[in-house]
Amino acid sequence: MKKVFFSISFYFIVFVIVGQLPNINLKDVNGNTVNLSKFSNDGKPIIVNFWATWCKPCKLELNTIADEYDDWVEETGVKLIAVSIDDSRSSTRVEPYINAHEWEYLVLLDPNGDLKRAMNVNNVPHTFLLNGAGKIIWDHNNYSPGDENELYEELVKLTE
Amino acid sequence: MKNTTLFYLLILFLWSNKLISQENSNQGIISGNIQTIGQYYQEDTLINAALPDHQYGFNGFANINYQNGDFRAGIRYESYLNTLEGYPISFNGTGIGYRYLAWEKDKLGVTIGNFYDQFGSGMVLRAYEERQLGIDNSLDGIRLKYEPIKGMYLKAMIGKQRYQFVDGLVNGTGIVRGLDGELNLNEIISDSNKNSRLKVVIGGSFVSKFNDDNKNPVFNLPKNVGASSIRFNLRYNKIRFNGEYVQKINDPYPDNQNEQFNYIYKKGEGLLFNLGYSTKGFALDFSAKHMDNMLWRSTNVNVGPTDLLIGYLPALTKQHTYNLAATLYPYATNFYGEIAYQADLLFKIPKKSILGGKYGTSVAINFATSYTPKRKFVNDMENSRNSYSTKFFSSSDSLLFQDLNIEIKRKINKKVKLNLNYFNFKFNDNAVKVANYYKMIYAQIVVLDLTYQFNRYHSIRFETQGMWTQQDKGNWAFGQIEYTFSPHWYLAILDQYNYGNNNIEKRLHYGLISGGYIDGSHRFSLQFGKQRAGVFCVGGVCRAVPASNGLTFSFTSSF
Repeated sequence: MKKVFFSISFYFIVFVIVGQLPNINLKDVNGNTVNLSKFSNDGKPIIVNFWATWCKPCKLELNTIADEYDDWVEETGVKLIAVSIDDSRSSTRVEPYINAHEWEYLVLLDPNGDLKRAMNVNNVPHTFLLNGAGKIIWDHNNYSPGDENELYEELVKLTE
Repeated sequence: MKNTTLFYLLILFLWSNKLISQENSNQGIISGNIQTIGQYYQEDTLINAALPDHQYGFNGFANINYQNGDFRAGIRYESYLNTLEGYPISFNGTGIGYRYLAWEKDKLGVTIGNFYDQFGSGMVLRAYEERQLGIDNSLDGIRLKYEPIKGMYLKAMIGKQRYQFVDGLVNGTGIVRGLDGELNLNEIISDSNKNSRLKVVIGGSFVSKFNDDNKNPVFNLPKNVGASSIRFNLRYNKIRFNGEYVQKINDPYPDNQNEQFNYIYKKGEGLLFNLGYSTKGFALDFSAKHMDNMLWRSTNVNVGPTDLLIGYLPALTKQHTYNLAATLYPYATNFYGEIAYQADLLFKIPKKSILGGKYGTSVAINFATSYTPKRKFVNDMENSRNSYSTKFFSSSDSLLFQDLNIEIKRKINKKVKLNLNYFNFKFNDNAVKVANYYKMIYAQIVVLDLTYQFNRYHSIRFETQGMWTQQDKGNWAFGQIEYTFSPHWYLAILDQYNYGNNNIEKRLHYGLISGGYIDGSHRFSLQFGKQRAGVFCVGGVCRAVPASNGLTFSFTSSF
């Protein structure tokens, strides 16, 4: 009964607040426009990670998660959005990099830093975990090997 | 005065909105972030680190953002008390350096105050902030963005550029006006075309500037100068082809270094192409650039190298992060012009193969080269002052920069990750003038980077670098050990040793110890030791950083 109540209230929240990401349009590597405030993962958690092709810890973090991403998606339904802050010098390096490294993430380009400023990102990597209602419930600046475990634990807590 | 007016308007808005919102129970969201760096200096005559009178430097930045539905507003408070050594001294004091109000209604977006923007690849207009370098050329004015139908937008803007910071924003005197439009043909034609294999995006821009700064009595200088660009972005399956052409009419600048570029009336031109193919585990990418006389500022008098730039000249090189490769002989954009090429090959050797190992191996090869354009000087400095002519992609044999680098990345087992790098640089300091050597420099660098993960919390990383060169300061060695205790702590010790310097007295060690604590979005770090003089570059834009010795404290946080 309790569970039913929770899932009802959960869906209620989802319908009331359609995500709390800023109302900013970004393009994916294929040139399609994505409006983040309208982005939804059907009530499942979302990870937003800011990175750049010139940032070593960022690539280490996303490559480490990439090894486990299939399991994370299967267990929690999570979707990872990797927001590249590469500027016009290096933004053409994004697509070759993500393909060569076989990432399955939704990769968005933020060459003008609009989303970066709106989400108060000082430096990369900066990782946000959003619950099914689109609320940021955890974030972490920097990456050290092992940090992905903390993110995973927070993610599992959300879906329990 | 104008700054403060807008600030009060913002406060008033937030406050009045709060009153209304109590009825609507729609409070909006307030968020922000802060970044501070403090440095306590010590004199060190051996490495040429000076002790400034104020002994202590401090740079601080705090952003406060407000969002309520389609409305957004924000300010940035900045403090330079005193400005950190090596940072542009035209930034000093404390006050508000950036503020804006923005809203979106239906298909229209409006921004008032400061904004950052970029047209295409940025050659014709790029207003951006690179805080580490002390670059901020944000526009202060009004911007409109209109999307009449899905897949099409038009942007119009007008404003003055941020120039300096003296207890608040100081704008340049020139006015910048810009128009930009883009069509995504697939999105326009129909939604069913969204998954079409051929994708086409085209765009164009026009930017003009007005300034009356230069009162040179000899030349009749144009007060209004226009620049325009067209661009396309094609994609077919896994092949991508982008290009942009930019042109600027006569825009003479003074040049004390070179009479052949002093107040010339030649038009500026730029062409940029990028062709790439990428698929799972493999990518090949090729870029080419022809750029001539494309210095594009909102003033026509001499200012600092990164001041009041309207256009950005994209660098066709990879931005390196390993210390010696990034800060000794880095690529810097040549404002006179350059013809440059870059090729990238990335691939993954499959896992469980002989070469790939258990987890596979990633390889990235990058080659970049740039030359001075072939210029035919026409000897017309007494009349039309075009000075010279060039042809597209016709380069001289004067090499400006060449970089070949190879990166091999491999996970050996669950605990060990290995990263091997090789760099080969040819660096024309006579043209670039950043290493103070003024001749050709040939350098090779090898980097070995190894991470060992003890368990899910503890790991240690070793990094060794060697640089070999016969020129400038000779050979260097670099070593670093970094211990991390996830998710909160790190400690690193590093040393750079100029063991190959021809001057035996200059064979110095630059030792540094740093540690930090991270808690969510809060990050504290402390650093003590010597920093060598070097060149710090982002996106081909470089700044010389003087040597320093002392204690650095930094803190970043967001809420």
